[in-house]
Amino acid sequence: MATAQSTRTTSITVEVDDMTYTDVVEPRMLLVQYLRERLGKTGTLVGCDTTNCGACTVHLDGQSVKSCTMFAVQADGHAVTTIEGLAQGGELHPMQKAFHEKHALQCGFCTPGMIMQSIDLIKEHPDPDEHTVRDGLEGNLCRCTGYQNIVAAVQEAARTTRESAASTTEEGAA
Amino acid sequence: MTVTEIGSPRRRKEDQRLITGRTRYTDNIVLPGMLHLAMARSSFAHATTTAIDTHEATSSPGVVAVLTGRDVADEQGSLPCAWPITPDQKAPPHPAIAVDHVAFAGEVVACVIARSAAEARDAIELIDIDYDELPVVLDLEEALTDATLAHPDLGTNKSATWVFDSAEAGTGDDVAQALAASELVLERTYLQQRLIPAFMEPRSTVVDPTGEQITMWSATQVPHLLRLMLALTLSIPEGKVRVVAPDVGGGFGGKLQVTPEEVITMLAARRTGKPCKYTETRSESLMAAHHGRGQVQRLKLGATREGIVTGLSVDLLADMGAYLGLVTPGVPILGAFMYNSIYKFAAYRFSCTNLFTNKAWTDAYRGAGRPEATFAIERLMDDLAHELDMDPVELRRKNWIKHEEFPFSTIAGLEYDSGNYEAATDRALELFGYDDLCAERDRRRAAGDRVQLGIGVSTFTEMCGLAPSRVLGALSYAAGGWEHAQVRVLPTGAVEVVTGVSGHGQGHETAWSQIVADRLGVPFDSIEVLHGDTQTSQKGLDTYGSRSLVVGGMAVVAAADKVVEKARTVAAHLLEASTDDIEFAEGRFSVRGTDQGLALGEIAFATFSAHNLPDGFEPSLDSDATFDPENFSFPHGTHLAAMEVDTETGEVTLRKYVCVDDIGNVINPMIVDGQVHGGLVQGIAQALFEEAVHDESGTLVSGSFVDYLVPSAADLPSFTTDRTVTPSTTNALGVKGVGEAGTIASTPAIVNGVLDAIRHLGVQDIAMPCSPHRVWKALQDGASKGLGAEEPVPDRVAPEQDAGPMNSSGNLPTGDFQ
Amino acid sequence: MIPSAFDYHAPTSLDEALTLLAQGGDDAKILAGGQSLIPVMRLRLAGPELLIDLGRIDGLRGIEDDGDAVRIGAMTPHHDIASSALLGEHAALLCAAARTVADPQVRHRGTFGGALVHADPAGDMPAPALVLGAEFVIAGAGGIRTVSATDFFEGLFTTAVGEDEILTHVRIPKHTGWGARYEKFTRVAQQWSIVAVAATVRAEGSAIAEARVGLTNMGSVPIRAESVEAALAGCALEEAAIARACASAAEGTDPPTDTNGDADYRRHLATVLATRAVLSAAGG
Repeated sequence: MATAQSTRTTSITVEVDDMTYTDVVEPRMLLVQYLRERLGKTGTLVGCDTTNCGACTVHLDGQSVKSCTMFAVQADGHAVTTIEGLAQGGELHPMQKAFHEKHALQCGFCTPGMIMQSIDLIKEHPDPDEHTVRDGLEGNLCRCTGYQNIVAAVQEAARTTRESAASTTEEGAA
Repeated sequence: MTVTEIGSPRRRKEDQRLITGRTRYTDNIVLPGMLHLAMARSSFAHATTTAIDTHEATSSPGVVAVLTGRDVADEQGSLPCAWPITPDQKAPPHPAIAVDHVAFAGEVVACVIARSAAEARDAIELIDIDYDELPVVLDLEEALTDATLAHPDLGTNKSATWVFDSAEAGTGDDVAQALAASELVLERTYLQQRLIPAFMEPRSTVVDPTGEQITMWSATQVPHLLRLMLALTLSIPEGKVRVVAPDVGGGFGGKLQVTPEEVITMLAARRTGKPCKYTETRSESLMAAHHGRGQVQRLKLGATREGIVTGLSVDLLADMGAYLGLVTPGVPILGAFMYNSIYKFAAYRFSCTNLFTNKAWTDAYRGAGRPEATFAIERLMDDLAHELDMDPVELRRKNWIKHEEFPFSTIAGLEYDSGNYEAATDRALELFGYDDLCAERDRRRAAGDRVQLGIGVSTFTEMCGLAPSRVLGALSYAAGGWEHAQVRVLPTGAVEVVTGVSGHGQGHETAWSQIVADRLGVPFDSIEVLHGDTQTSQKGLDTYGSRSLVVGGMAVVAAADKVVEKARTVAAHLLEASTDDIEFAEGRFSVRGTDQGLALGEIAFATFSAHNLPDGFEPSLDSDATFDPENFSFPHGTHLAAMEVDTETGEVTLRKYVCVDDIGNVINPMIVDGQVHGGLVQGIAQALFEEAVHDESGTLVSGSFVDYLVPSAADLPSFTTDRTVTPSTTNALGVKGVGEAGTIASTPAIVNGVLDAIRHLGVQDIAMPCSPHRVWKALQDGASKGLGAEEPVPDRVAPEQDAGPMNSSGNLPTGDFQ
Repeated sequence: MIPSAFDYHAPTSLDEALTLLAQGGDDAKILAGGQSLIPVMRLRLAGPELLIDLGRIDGLRGIEDDGDAVRIGAMTPHHDIASSALLGEHAALLCAAARTVADPQVRHRGTFGGALVHADPAGDMPAPALVLGAEFVIAGAGGIRTVSATDFFEGLFTTAVGEDEILTHVRIPKHTGWGARYEKFTRVAQQWSIVAVAATVRAEGSAIAEARVGLTNMGSVPIRAESVEAALAGCALEEAAIARACASAAEGTDPPTDTNGDADYRRHLATVLATRAVLSAAGG
């Protein structure tokens, strides 16, 4: 094992929440550390060290990933969306609204990761039944809520998303 | 006073920052010049540390200092235990950094302070420590014999023995006699496995020594207790210590502690004169943050052949672990008053021996003593029902306290104020479809289906709303159980509520706003709830034991009522009427029989300008109240579980779960449901998934979420929850507390259900967690040899694992942090 | 936890990667999806001095029709495999298994090749690859060679891929229209397989014409239940008959004993799960 710190560092350019950042990082810096420590985006959290808990979940090029299991250098040239980049123009994302409405959070620590994964889930399953929601959240642990309200929130967000897509289609068609 | 907010499912004020990532969890805090700490931890469960060489670590890049136990021996004091349950309780000194010996794997042996967390972590590997291993004691029965000592200097593993005897206490008869005279006596030994609270936010502490006060931010449930204990332990003037619990990511009792890491961070900050931060990894958290439960329960239940219970004898061995934490020895004692539960006993005896072992110490974990008690009695009742071939609900009905009998003085010396077990049970049976499910169970049994069905019952009560201070004094707990609040009306009419409780997910900001909105007749959104900072909330006893609403909420009510009375005096003066003629409704003071009146906000501004106040009236409406409850509160409920057991694989599936809980009056039903859901999952997880497993050298084998099985959404169904409302008669809000209820009730419901499914196949008991392997083995071996009561405590000797790359099939060798 | 420091390269060609690998010797590790390697590094159970990231090399990712086989790039994520219509038609067992790996986030990053070369005995992809007769395309300084599935998995975390070689593709012979089922037994959803059975079946009328059955976590390598396969040939599509055929599923296995169960239990599970997997794969 290395006993002295490597002096070799790498320059990376990453788009995070619609802003582009260029930084010099150690290769061993995890993406979640880069977000939290270098960019000050402390909304994304670290809950474990074995890729189980999902608190660190962000979107990489539109897909949910666990940012603790990626090095920042792997994100070079890619786009990352964190919980802090969801709300657009001061308007909360439908998933954020649904979590609030359905009381799908208590201490809030699992929440950013849970929301990010839930958004990915309904993209893949726009009309998920309970079983599909629960399966889709197997990589996100929560200790407070018992998951029931989270399931309700995800289904609610799926419903409002389908409805606004439908009305957009109608408007477009009209 | 019109009730509009109380009872409403108000969406939470806390949510906005949590759903947008604008949070202040302790690890988010960054201060100029901040240094980072990493801990070197013992990989041995019991050893003397003969030599520590920190030379290479100290000269490692970025390292500012390395602290060993010897370096801080004069300053670090001993971590406090606030609960000597007996005058002769034995406890070893508890240094934050071990000085010359370690007593559990994971104990801190040195601390590296460096300019970055990575550099601190790198330097840990360069610390060289010589250990002389000592024999370990892990098993409770073995600890009882004192053949191997967890702390040789202590001379024994027995910390204390605590007894309650109904004959001696004068609350009932002698239990030995009662049992001897009973037509039937059931003797059982049940095991409460060790659990890990596993809150989602790893513990973190930041200390800033650069101000007039030393400020500590910590992921804690107990900022006030922590402040007091730090001052006492480190001999710092109390006024110079400020503790802040910022956003805290769950606690469940696991953050009810004064931790070595907090003390070390404090010492590091004082030494370096710089802000210091320590954030644990999950592996460290599972290993070294205090564990929960850990008991061997030997029980005797006497009854008549008609199923009327007579006497109950409880004899516990309780696993303290290596040290006594803040309330460690008191946890099993809290359960002492609950083994009799909702039933009427003529005689009761409880005895508990607290034992040291070479494992992480135990302390409060959701329910703290009461889940253990409820498990024991509810398992016994089901066993008794089976023995008498009686329906388990009917057996309970025969023995429980009837609705008309409240208030009821129990054999354990408590007075239950109110309850209605009949109503909750009837509703639960209806929601569950009890008769239909029993019929299905019987059909499957007759047909010998591969998948069997079992119905599990759990009727519970618990004692919470900790606590009447006098009772705590009688139990030798060092602190009281009151709570403090201050309510302030600002010149603009906005209201600030300062509360001494310390929420970490419970929604206090929302619920307290609802209470005050109704009490003062002001808008919900005009109320700001301040908490968690000893500088802002100057007084309090924090959050645990389902106390916040019952005690803290009542303090808020008392303070708000004082505000109203002061305002009434001002109103009378300004309206030129007598105070007796002033009515207060919906935020407005008016002269009876007229339409003259003033809003509370107008009174507040008048008080602020103080131009025209009554003679001698202090120009302030702001009011403090400190509320000491006169009794515990006693929520209760009936829980029913339908369990499917695949007899081929032993796999257990929870098919349906119904609970009807009575928590008195409800402030926010949405928050209550959330607490129940979360509590249920933790209780179910104890029954089916979780266990802190150690190998024979005392290394925690279940040291990561790969092996410590906290369930995900994919592992459980949704629950059907409902309520009956029987208000508490001992507080004006009529509330009872709900934080721990789900956890307390659910574990025995699950295990009772599993056994109900397969008893006819010769299984009498299964040790928790009821893993597929254990269930299958029990089925194979039949009643006498199943992994159940008769087996020695599987203080789970897993085979030594290959120290190779990550072995995924169950065992991640994570014990070594050297 | 923070991994120990290392040097990092992200070559843009296979040749460059091979050169770096050769230079790095046993201090070098390939970084594919990182979902197995990074957790190990975070716990400091491994500390390679050099990481060679394959993520920027073109041509290593994708699922293509290759005549009598489907050709899968080693850097193809599990998610792509799970949702591939092409594989669903020609090697459904692979999709079934890929769907069960870890969780959705991990499946977005974790790669087929990475999982195969990591060769965790409890990993889900080796057994299906084995029973489908996968061919492993390995690049090295001396050129490209192909290794058959029977020769690929050598031992605990050990495969035929040499220290200075890189797995680039895997060819899966087509099993068009075969039914498939990956029966994975865990206590909680996220868990590694306690035992799993990979079964793919070609039914003819009311009988099984051919079956392939593989076992996960019944030894240090994935195991092909050959006696079961033999017994299933021509077996009636009926539970009792299938159960009889699967009775020898645990033959020749060496399952571990740990907190999830002892070896006896796992052997028992293997037979039960094999029956269920075959029955399901056969459409029963």
